[in-house]
Amino acid sequence: MSGDLLSCNLLCEEERDLVIIGAGPAGLAAAISAYRQGVRDILIIEREARPGGILNQCIHDGFGLHKFSQALTGPEYIDRFIKEVAELNIEILTGSLVTGLSRDKVVTVSNRKQGLFRIRAEAVILAMGSRERSAGAIGLPGQRPAGIYTAGLAQNLMNIHNIMIGKRAVILGSGDIGLIMARRLTLEGASVEAVIELMPYPGGLQRNIVQCLQDYKISLRLSQTVIRVEGKDRVEAVLVSGVDDRLEPVPGTEERIECDTLILSVGLIPENELSREAGIQLDPATEGPLVTDSYSTGVPGIFCCGNVLHIHDVVDYVSDEAEKAGVMAAGYILRESRERSGEDRNFIYMEAGTGIKYILPQLVKPDFRGEFSLRVEKPGKNVEILFLAGDKVLFKKKYYRVDPSQMLRISCPDGLLTGQDLVAGQPAAVKVVVE
Amino acid sequence: MIKQRPSFDIAIIGAGIIGTAIARELARYQVKIALFEKDADVGQGTSCRNSGVVHAGFTCPVGSLKAEVCMEGNRVFADFCRELDVPYKKVGKLVIARDKEQIPELYRLRYVGQENGVDLRIIGWDDIKKMEPNVSAAVAAMHSPDSAITNPYLLSIACAENAVMNGVEIFLNTAVRDIEWKESSYLLQTGQGDYRADYVINAAGLYSDRIARMSGEDNYRIYPNRGEYYILDNNKSHLISRLIYPVPPLNSGGLGIHLTPTVDGNILIGPSTEYIDKRDDFSTTVPVLEQLLKEARDFVPGISAKDRIRSYAGIRSKIVPPSRGGFGDFIIKASPTRETFINLIGIESPGLTSAPGIARYVVNMIDQRENLRRKNDFQDSRKANVVFSELPETDKVRLSRENPDYGEVVCRCEGITKGEILSALNNPLGVRTVKGIKYRTRATMGRCQGGYCLSRIINIMQEAGMEFTDITLNGGTSRLFSGQVKGVI
Ligand SMILES: Cc1cc2nc3c(=O)[nH]c(=O)nc-3n(C[C@H](O)[C@H](O)[C@H](O)COP(=O)(O)OP(=O)(O)OC[C@H]3O[C@@H](n4cnc5c(N)ncnc54)[C@H](O)[C@@H]3O)c2cc1C
Ligand SMILES: Cc1cc2nc3c(=O)[nH]c(=O)nc-3n(C[C@H](O)[C@H](O)[C@H](O)COP(=O)(O)OP(=O)(O)OC[C@H]3O[C@@H](n4cnc5c(N)ncnc54)[C@H](O)[C@@H]3O)c2cc1C
Repeated sequence: MSGDLLSCNLLCEEERDLVIIGAGPAGLAAAISAYRQGVRDILIIEREARPGGILNQCIHDGFGLHKFSQALTGPEYIDRFIKEVAELNIEILTGSLVTGLSRDKVVTVSNRKQGLFRIRAEAVILAMGSRERSAGAIGLPGQRPAGIYTAGLAQNLMNIHNIMIGKRAVILGSGDIGLIMARRLTLEGASVEAVIELMPYPGGLQRNIVQCLQDYKISLRLSQTVIRVEGKDRVEAVLVSGVDDRLEPVPGTEERIECDTLILSVGLIPENELSREAGIQLDPATEGPLVTDSYSTGVPGIFCCGNVLHIHDVVDYVSDEAEKAGVMAAGYILRESRERSGEDRNFIYMEAGTGIKYILPQLVKPDFRGEFSLRVEKPGKNVEILFLAGDKVLFKKKYYRVDPSQMLRISCPDGLLTGQDLVAGQPAAVKVVVE
Repeated sequence: MIKQRPSFDIAIIGAGIIGTAIARELARYQVKIALFEKDADVGQGTSCRNSGVVHAGFTCPVGSLKAEVCMEGNRVFADFCRELDVPYKKVGKLVIARDKEQIPELYRLRYVGQENGVDLRIIGWDDIKKMEPNVSAAVAAMHSPDSAITNPYLLSIACAENAVMNGVEIFLNTAVRDIEWKESSYLLQTGQGDYRADYVINAAGLYSDRIARMSGEDNYRIYPNRGEYYILDNNKSHLISRLIYPVPPLNSGGLGIHLTPTVDGNILIGPSTEYIDKRDDFSTTVPVLEQLLKEARDFVPGISAKDRIRSYAGIRSKIVPPSRGGFGDFIIKASPTRETFINLIGIESPGLTSAPGIARYVVNMIDQRENLRRKNDFQDSRKANVVFSELPETDKVRLSRENPDYGEVVCRCEGITKGEILSALNNPLGVRTVKGIKYRTRATMGRCQGGYCLSRIINIMQEAGMEFTDITLNGGTSRLFSGQVKGVI
């Protein structure tokens, strides 16, 4: 019996031209663009009951400013994509978790209806989004009572499940989700005692600092951290301390803040378990795959976009990036540009130099005409971002103000990289620095 | 009218590994047993806050009670775990000397161990490197092939479940507040009513001195001593393949900060040793956590801060005061005034290892007075719930197609299905808490720490008829939620 099933499981693999993992903003936009290029056999696999990704729980507005010149809520923004996918008859398999991915693009899926099964894909687009950094991952000291939530989980419980998580909250970390939740909790009648940020500058976008904290008179305490959580059953208080330049707590600066809830907004991590399993090389700076200018990972036929590639702050840019990835995956499937699939080694390696946290794509062709996405390491005013080949400045761009919370996009000027000597099999490096 | 009080032959106080193992061992005999636990689940005290190591016995002083029960425990542990269907892996241990000065201590340990009957071997750097290629340079090590690992919280649960199968009654959320000797039996007062028993076994761990006081013995005192840990992501499991210990620091009252692989593929760093004031202060602290990471990286440079997924602390119930330090022997003694009141005091490391040995030791004490009669229908084995991720693929495919609950993955980090959550929620002990599910399935214990699965678990608990406002992390007042958001009809 089980023997039959196994052989069936191995032999009856469904085959698809394109499998997209995740039906968030990235997955949906990639599907639409691949369809427009002529790919018809597309399957989007989504673990949630409905498509939309993280936007389903983002009931605040501010989405679509760049793409639609309109301030939409998360659900309104994503609804446009969901409708289009439906109109194009692109299939979405919801309630289905991808549990495995192999180098030869066999996707293992599990759901209630079919149990565990496999699909072989010609090309795969990774669009799994991100997960939140947890209390454990930052080594949060103190007790572990009820009442400690990551901000996205808190948002999910409140906005999707209508569950109120507490009455008196402290928020650790000033990432965007934490800022949004500070406002949301306040609107729900909870008191937000403070937002505590380890760094000397906030982690979230300036507009969220204004709209979510200042407008509600919530204090943002920079260069501070939580050094102890108190409470046996439920959170009772947190002990907060100032930190020095090395981010170490400064004795004598402690202050105890009573609260029943601690919310953590301490960063998102691209969700790359499947990528690792498929043997895809990751960039330690982005924690996402290393990609070429065709959004191809190191494994031919596996493409990547959205938060799984690098953490975005604005969803509109996710949609842009995903459209490009969709075009490239379609090109791969329709065999127009197999040579762009990553097997070709003649790339220029974009190196994140001084002051740059990362630059993406990491590998580009000399004739690259697209856009670079990059983040700086710390805030700065009147800075220049330089593209260097050795000591030679290829290109520079001035910024009045840069912030790590804000992703920068720089269009690659025509011919910028064409003069670069390419040593066969060895990528030349172009270094990007902040001055 | 006098209300009839439930009465038992034997009352055990404390459902840690010691209390549950004793309950299970006693259940072989024709006696009526009650097990009282103040927490919402079994094994929530020290028994879920340790290294999970089945020690070989080379740190126990020759001739001590500790050596006796530890050696017995180590000998029977594999069978114990097999009967109870709990993971056990005989991975072995290296005690590593980093410089020449530590070598004499290795030989001293080997001497003690060999006197106790432990198989031990001293090896050099070449062998160490072959066995553990990721540890940094050392001069010599002692290899103990009989050191093993287990899952300590599953073990308490398994003992308790097997005890219940054999007629033991477990009273959770039931703290024993006072004990009186009245009309030739004990009257136990709890928050949930009174109970009578002819024997009392005090297995209250950190609170065993307080229970002993209820029998009129005030010469015991527990000095809480905390050990903090980090848990590392299971994607780093390849870094070590056996237990990696330093040469124990002199008089520290601990075994030194070591690296322990767990049966689930994580690595534990710890524990520290620090006398503290309060026996329920399970806080981890900034300086100690920093120290843990530093010492671990000294040993295995491949470890980084990014690999941490959680920290926790356990508290040793020491009977040696801070002024003296080091270790005391286990105390397992009947009260001098009343032989039917048995106290277990100072059951610190290797208490987990010794649990089967201690259980038999206690049963023998009672047997000598009572001549206990064996039951002929004792069931010595208990089956664990399905762990979907560990099934062979053919079984995964079959099960997930037969029962949709096994097709629905609830925890993506550890691959835990709804079917497993449901089995855990419907456990034989009647525990209905989030931690109860956590310890039985590993849900929320992976790298995202519940970010993904918690809201799903809450849904399943609601489907099972629980109000979300009644859902607690671990019973008592550990409620997760305060109510509904505004404007919900
Ligand atoms: C709380 C929050 C607030 C934000 N606020 C704003 C804002 O105000 N304005 C703005 O412009 N941007 C905002 N953003 C940013 C923007 O929402 C994200 O950048 C965007 O959602 C990322 O899209 P994505 O498709 O890459 O990931 P996601 O939206 O996370 O989608 C990933 C999808 O993949 C699915 N998935 C993952 N793994 C698997 C698997 N193994 N099998 C099947 N399915 C899987 C997930 O269920 C999910 O549906 C916010 C983000 C967050 C988290
Ligand atoms: C940091 C650390 C690491 C360790 N590592 C190891 C190891 O690797 N190997 C090993 O063999 N040993 C180890 N040990 C020792 C081992 O964990 C303990 O010896 C063992 O868990 C003790 O079990 P117990 O049942 O006596 O105590 P506990 O597990 O604490 O159980 C006592 C129970 O009694 C209950 N209780 C208390 N008062 C009352 C009351 N009034 N009424 C009702 N219930 C009550 C408590 O709630 C608790 O559940 C370690 C210990 C520590 C602290």
